[in-house]
Amino acid sequence: MIFIISNLVLTLVWAAVTGSFTPANLLLGFLAGTLSLLLIRRQMSPTLHRVRPLKLLLLAGLFAKELALSAIKVAILVLRPKMRLRPGIFAYPLTVTRDFEITLLANLITLTPGTLSVDVSKDRRTLYVHALDCRDPAGERRAISTGFERRIKEAFPS
Amino acid sequence: MAGPAATVITLCVAFLLVAGSVFSLLAAVGLLRFPDLYTRMHAASKAGTIGSGLLLFAAGLHAMEAAILFRAIAGFVFFLLTAPISAHLLAKAAHRAGHRLTKLSVVDQLHGSIDDRDD
Repeated sequence: MIFIISNLVLTLVWAAVTGSFTPANLLLGFLAGTLSLLLIRRQMSPTLHRVRPLKLLLLAGLFAKELALSAIKVAILVLRPKMRLRPGIFAYPLTVTRDFEITLLANLITLTPGTLSVDVSKDRRTLYVHALDCRDPAGERRAISTGFERRIKEAFPS
Repeated sequence: MAGPAATVITLCVAFLLVAGSVFSLLAAVGLLRFPDLYTRMHAASKAGTIGSGLLLFAAGLHAMEAAILFRAIAGFVFFLLTAPISAHLLAKAAHRAGHRLTKLSVVDQLHGSIDDRDD
């Protein structure tokens, strides 16, 4: 099931990227999608995740806002004659457990203000995050858990 | 197409081009000014993504053609998917290799933990 849905999505992406929705091109996209999915079939989880579309939109909105703020913040920091940096790496205890959730959270953290995912522990319980301003790791942790992590859990209920 | 609509679109494209270029330039300046690899990745991953995203969007808008706009959006999405991964891998590899954080740093909870070793 998830295989077919992924393949259809890939076909649409193919059509969008190549800029043509003719049947022949859709078929070519479908075949290319099948080939790509065959290559990663072992890594794909067989179950379909439940998704709440409205909450997913909220997550996307939060992300767009944070990304814009993040770029502006870094830009301002770069322009300051004297950069006041207090960087550091802090450990973030994960409460999301599934691989795709951790990946999503790590990517979102990297693209938001002042934080960058560096590593995830082998037991997948801890995310190591580099922050440009690490004077208050507890505050950073709180911001992630009440922001992105909560939204991810809402969008993908287990 | 002519008239006020064309003017508005031209102005939007011009604005997006300038904004995208400024962010890309600042990402480059950030690479030079930040003190170590980890802080540099902040500039490259965030300002770089936004900069190239705005430039791609300007190209898509200027063409006024759905196919090209789709391609521009797809390009931006690929940036969003790949920029954090390259930043993460570079930072992780540097830390494993023993590259220290800048002297300004206040804390490093990854240092010395069992997760900082090769498998």
